[in-house]
Amino acid sequence: MNDMNNERAAKCAITDKNTAIDLRFVRNVVVKALILFILFNVLYTMINPLGWLGHISLYNSFFPGRDRLPFGEDPQHAYNLSTYNLDAMFASHRVSSNKPPDEFRVIVLGDSSVWGTLLEPQHTLSGKLNAANLHTCDGRLLQFYNLGYPTLSLTKDLLLLDDARAYRPDMVVWLVTLESFPLSSQLYSPLVANNADRIRDLITAYHLALDPMDPDLVKQTFYGRTILGQRRSLADWLRLQMYGVMWSSTGIDQVYPDDYPAAQRDFDQDVSFHDLQPPQLPEDALAWDVLEAGMQAAGDLPLLLVNEPILVSSGQNSDLRYNFFYPRWAYDQYRRELAVLAGQNAWHYLDAWDLVPEGEFTNSAIHLTPAGSQMLADRVSQQLSKTICIR
Amino acid sequence: MSLVNILILLALSLVLRVLLSPSLRQWILLAASVLLIYWLQPLSPIRYLDFWLPTFTLLLILIIWLFIADRQSLFSHENILAASLITLLILLVAITRYLGTSGILTASRPPQISQVILVLAVFFLIASVSTRLGRWRMFYPSAGAVIILGSFLLIKSPFLGVKASQGLRALMDQSTLTAAAADLRWLGFSYVAFRLLHVIRDVQKGRLKAVPLQQFANYVIFFPSFVAGPIDRLEHFSADLDREENPVVPDLVEGGKRVTIGLFKKFALADTLALIALNPVNAGQLTSSAWAWVQLYAYAFQIYLDFSGYTDIAIGLGRMIGFHLPENFDRPYIKENLTTFWNSWHITLTQWFRAYFFNPVTRSLRKARKPIPAYLVILTTQFSTMLLIGLWHGITWNFALWGAWHGIGLFLHNRWAQWTRPFFARHNLRPVIQRSMRAVSVFLTFNFVALGWLWFVLPDPALSWQVILKLFGIR
Repeated sequence: MNDMNNERAAKCAITDKNTAIDLRFVRNVVVKALILFILFNVLYTMINPLGWLGHISLYNSFFPGRDRLPFGEDPQHAYNLSTYNLDAMFASHRVSSNKPPDEFRVIVLGDSSVWGTLLEPQHTLSGKLNAANLHTCDGRLLQFYNLGYPTLSLTKDLLLLDDARAYRPDMVVWLVTLESFPLSSQLYSPLVANNADRIRDLITAYHLALDPMDPDLVKQTFYGRTILGQRRSLADWLRLQMYGVMWSSTGIDQVYPDDYPAAQRDFDQDVSFHDLQPPQLPEDALAWDVLEAGMQAAGDLPLLLVNEPILVSSGQNSDLRYNFFYPRWAYDQYRRELAVLAGQNAWHYLDAWDLVPEGEFTNSAIHLTPAGSQMLADRVSQQLSKTICIR
Repeated sequence: MSLVNILILLALSLVLRVLLSPSLRQWILLAASVLLIYWLQPLSPIRYLDFWLPTFTLLLILIIWLFIADRQSLFSHENILAASLITLLILLVAITRYLGTSGILTASRPPQISQVILVLAVFFLIASVSTRLGRWRMFYPSAGAVIILGSFLLIKSPFLGVKASQGLRALMDQSTLTAAAADLRWLGFSYVAFRLLHVIRDVQKGRLKAVPLQQFANYVIFFPSFVAGPIDRLEHFSADLDREENPVVPDLVEGGKRVTIGLFKKFALADTLALIALNPVNAGQLTSSAWAWVQLYAYAFQIYLDFSGYTDIAIGLGRMIGFHLPENFDRPYIKENLTTFWNSWHITLTQWFRAYFFNPVTRSLRKARKPIPAYLVILTTQFSTMLLIGLWHGITWNFALWGAWHGIGLFLHNRWAQWTRPFFARHNLRPVIQRSMRAVSVFLTFNFVALGWLWFVLPDPALSWQVILKLFGIR
């Protein structure tokens, strides 16, 4: 038996000048690799590189900054992707570039209608406002930065506003709609759910009526902090940088299909809003406190609150519903309450709910065509002149 | 192949090498390769085609072997065992039809067992008759080559591919309206064809001795190199089979190292570059010349890392089992001219074409009754060889143009080298000038190759031309 083992050992061993590659050598390599792997992961959890990695970006230096925050469900064709690393998102946006002294920086917050689903960057609200070439009375050029993001949650807007303050805005334009208000939707946005620590800070700072231990908020485990647990986030960061080439080369950051299903115009005889029934929205159903927190977060900055345009349908059962999202009773009550709140707090407020005709909506009751976007931009420009001094 | 596919092949290679004796390993290797060609064959919209295509590969191997086999040992115990094993495995795969509603070893359910038995019976009848027709035997290898080239034309020509798809769909009682050339995606056939043609030609020429069926089949469908090469030579592969067993651990370590490098090249580097590499969709969206160059270079490196990554994986898996597959790449992008580039890019394919097309054609042109000028011989042979290499990728205009691009490039380099040779022979240039000239040559060669990829990657030559204009800032 021993002879056989010796023979096998001799067969398994090859000797070159430096190393004998045998089973012992392999065992040593495996053990060393395992130790290094464990050490590296423990070190990684201690350093938490994603925290500072997000600030490192090829955008605004090697590549031009993006016109809107990264978001994409079809990265291969949109040359864009959804990531939850807020620092990386902002670092890829042109809002991170240096602010010239003659610039009056306006950040525009909101949902997918502000981000500009199906709209090229120049046709979004921010794009149209920039094209208007507005100047303040002291001669500074108004530069609008699209910080809209395609999920409906005021808490998501608050999160972005809180971060955006670091980029020295001079003013905020915040577009809201009823669908962003329900309490049940606040933590549902993946961007919110995956930035749980920041959301908990906001809940504490502004005494929000949200549960900091809500199961929607993703808990960070030890494994989740290792390099294995963060492989997706790391890959997303890398892919975001890589897609900078495609952004620079094509100017494309979303898929523009030739055809898409139009927003629904005909409805069933359904008057429910989420799980709520007429005649009244309960007092605690909407996250008014998050709206107020946003106003506080803006601090001294002038803030224009806009109730964004919605599709007012003339189709079947349109006497019951304005559109897919909203039964008339719920939306009317929301509008009334928002107007009252704005009046009580002397907020700069524009109610543009019925500004855009039915034909200027695309695939959703809040997504506008370029012409619809232009109408909104014209109206917002007028309102801006009542908020700040514009020449 | 996906990462999961490759990891399964890796585990299989380990089992083959560590747990099996060399003699048993060859048989299990054959069985594994047979089953794997069914498992790897992608789903086809034509009913049962993902069963029939691997089956045809196996039957083609059997018939070609029959054509070239040694008559004395045709019915040897070993050969009968190999033929039986292949046949039984085909039947085994067919029987999986009755084990579930979807394919177990195949992408979809195999056909009725009666159909499979009928096809096998007809095949063996033809094979049996052919062994008895002694006086026609001399034509068999040529007939085999015709069958292979015919199949090749069918799957590589979009026009014939659509026609064949329509025919097969009609046979299967399926709609012919959606017939497409891509329906006939015959995994690994390009490489199978090269191996079979090499054996046929070398046996015809008396350069190669016939080998037992088990060796022959193992050579043609050796699973590490079945999908993407490299194209080994039978005598080299047989030598590996017959060679005394190498020590196991160094082979596993070296093979594992090579597989790891391949996985990194393919899945980390090439797949990342694919995000920004030029492709038929983004080529029409370019707005900037400078970034278009970046995308073109990204494609050049993506295709290299992808292909050479797969080759590393194949060579590594082969080494783990105990085989030394030939190298396919040798740092091709740092070569000083196009000739050395083609000596270091897809080496086994280039060598194949050199051996079976370029050299014979050159010889015949040089021996022509009416003397042909040397430059014309070079132009004809280089151009036609590269054209064929282009068409091997697909019988379409873009691949023809890619081949022509390189054919002309090789000819121009040949003339340039001829023209400048006396100058360089007379002048002993300073090392710094030589180094500078080398750097410029590498730069020019790489860019010539990179621009050539435009014809390769974009199916529409008009789009390729538009991109060329964009690259040079003309549009």
